[in-house]
Amino acid sequence: MSDSLPAPAQAALQAFADQPGWEQRARLLMQWGERLEPLDVAERDERHRVRGCESAVWLVAQRRGAGWQFRAASEARLLRGLLALLLARVDGLPAAELASLDLADWFARLGLSRQLSPSRSNGLNAVLARMRALIAEDGRATDGSPGAGPSENAPPGA
Amino acid sequence: MTLSSPWRTDFPALAALDAQGQTYLDNAATAQKPRAVLKALSAYYLNGAANVHRAQHLPADRATRAFEATRLGVARAFGAASPAQIVFTRGATEAFNLLAYGLERHVGAGDEIVVSALEHHANLLPWQQLAKRRGAQLVVLPLDDRGDIDLAAAAQRIGPRTRVLAVSQLSNVLGRWQPVAELAALARRQGAFSVVDGAQGAVHGRHDLAALGCDFYAFSSHKLFGPEGVGVLYGRETALAALAPWQFGGEMVREADYQDALFHDAPMGFEAGTPPVAGVIGLGAALDYLNGLDALALADHEAALHAALLTGLAGRDGIRLLGEPHTALACFRVDGVHHADLAHLLGEQGIAIRAGSHCAMPLYRRLGLDGAIRVSLAPYTDGDDLQRFFQALDRALELLR
Ligand SMILES: Cc1ncc(COP(=O)(O)O)c(C=O)c1O
Repeated sequence: MSDSLPAPAQAALQAFADQPGWEQRARLLMQWGERLEPLDVAERDERHRVRGCESAVWLVAQRRGAGWQFRAASEARLLRGLLALLLARVDGLPAAELASLDLADWFARLGLSRQLSPSRSNGLNAVLARMRALIAEDGRATDGSPGAGPSENAPPGA
Repeated sequence: MTLSSPWRTDFPALAALDAQGQTYLDNAATAQKPRAVLKALSAYYLNGAANVHRAQHLPADRATRAFEATRLGVARAFGAASPAQIVFTRGATEAFNLLAYGLERHVGAGDEIVVSALEHHANLLPWQQLAKRRGAQLVVLPLDDRGDIDLAAAAQRIGPRTRVLAVSQLSNVLGRWQPVAELAALARRQGAFSVVDGAQGAVHGRHDLAALGCDFYAFSSHKLFGPEGVGVLYGRETALAALAPWQFGGEMVREADYQDALFHDAPMGFEAGTPPVAGVIGLGAALDYLNGLDALALADHEAALHAALLTGLAGRDGIRLLGEPHTALACFRVDGVHHADLAHLLGEQGIAIRAGSHCAMPLYRRLGLDGAIRVSLAPYTDGDDLQRFFQALDRALELLR
């Protein structure tokens, strides 16, 4: 399975795989967080805000041909790292592949499954749910046919 | 001073948490249970469970006696003249909802319901929604700089249109005792009902509610070292008589026909359906346990722990306390550090604290903050717990700054 990973995901796996201690993991998370492409001030708006997070989180999703491009931001540094790891795995994937991707498994492979436990309010779960909702909504809107052109999604009621 | 707790071994979970490498400092959210409570629960189930108030057989007799013994114990501990003034609910939250429905007919369009700016959602949202249902106005009492309900402002705002005043005795965020006796007196003068949220306050003292002078007082068993799923609503006799029943079903009804029914007075009239029998018996055991403690030694221990917590926080750079807590807890922020990051790294080190807005979102908004870290103490907390917390805090801040 690892052979099909996008290059940034491979890199993440290598970096996190042998980080036994919480301190190394935290340092690495913060380093990865620094790599997130910043969002414009205008993109940090209510439309892109992910609800249900302890810290403010924004997720911008754009349909690019057959795939998606995601960008994300957070006020919290460790969450930024988690977002970067998420994006490393999903960015550029074809929509169909993305829809069936087991993201919990991805974080488990990184040794970060605790960050997804249901009692966590750090926001990673909410971001994943928002991502799935965007994808499902898009799937319905385009009836599964890819290439509907770039469209920027905001969920209902955002 | 070593700050050891002579009560720690009374709580079996503390040894278990130690073994798991967990330092439990989230006691304002819920508390661990003394062995006496665990024993009471298992004795009830092991000797034969039964429903209360309904049957003539021996197990029912035994369950009903134990259940009613808790009611009597609560009445005695909180200065109620009669056990009939104690209604069991499923929690403090349910008690406030009971009141907001039970008092609904006393609130009309244009009337006022007064709460304070520091209320927990549990003692805010039921009143907010009652105000919406009745076209009434929700009036919010402001706080002074230390985080206390401003009595002068309260005297202005509690007026002839006020029907209900609902305030917390001890804030779960600011950790300050509120002037509830004075506020209840202001309400009484205007003929308004007074409701006191004792969810935090009851943990740090069994108060004489008759002397406090409020109409209603509510708290949850689980914060008071008893089981979850049980709450207590105390009411003055005349105030209870003013309540309409809100949940309907078995045992609360005196006489029922297809088209009509007559209901019991308090407490039975407000305890529809099978109550949490084991939970209530467990609460009784928790109260017995607390009654058996040396109150002075306990108060000294809690004060010393709290002082050590505040001193430790004050001795570190960039830490900003929320308000000036009197007891039991401290909420704080750190300059340049997001509370979610700090919570994450404390969690990694086995420190169980709470980050966020602590079910008081409007209060945080008013303070201009998006959240904080809360450390909260209990009788079984000791100096080692605090030391582990401060070590973890220092390492987390080292990483984050
Ligand atoms: C001040 C205050 N009021 C009410 C509640 C609600 O208690 P419960 O969730 O047990 O009903 C809490 C508990 O967090 C509290 O701290």
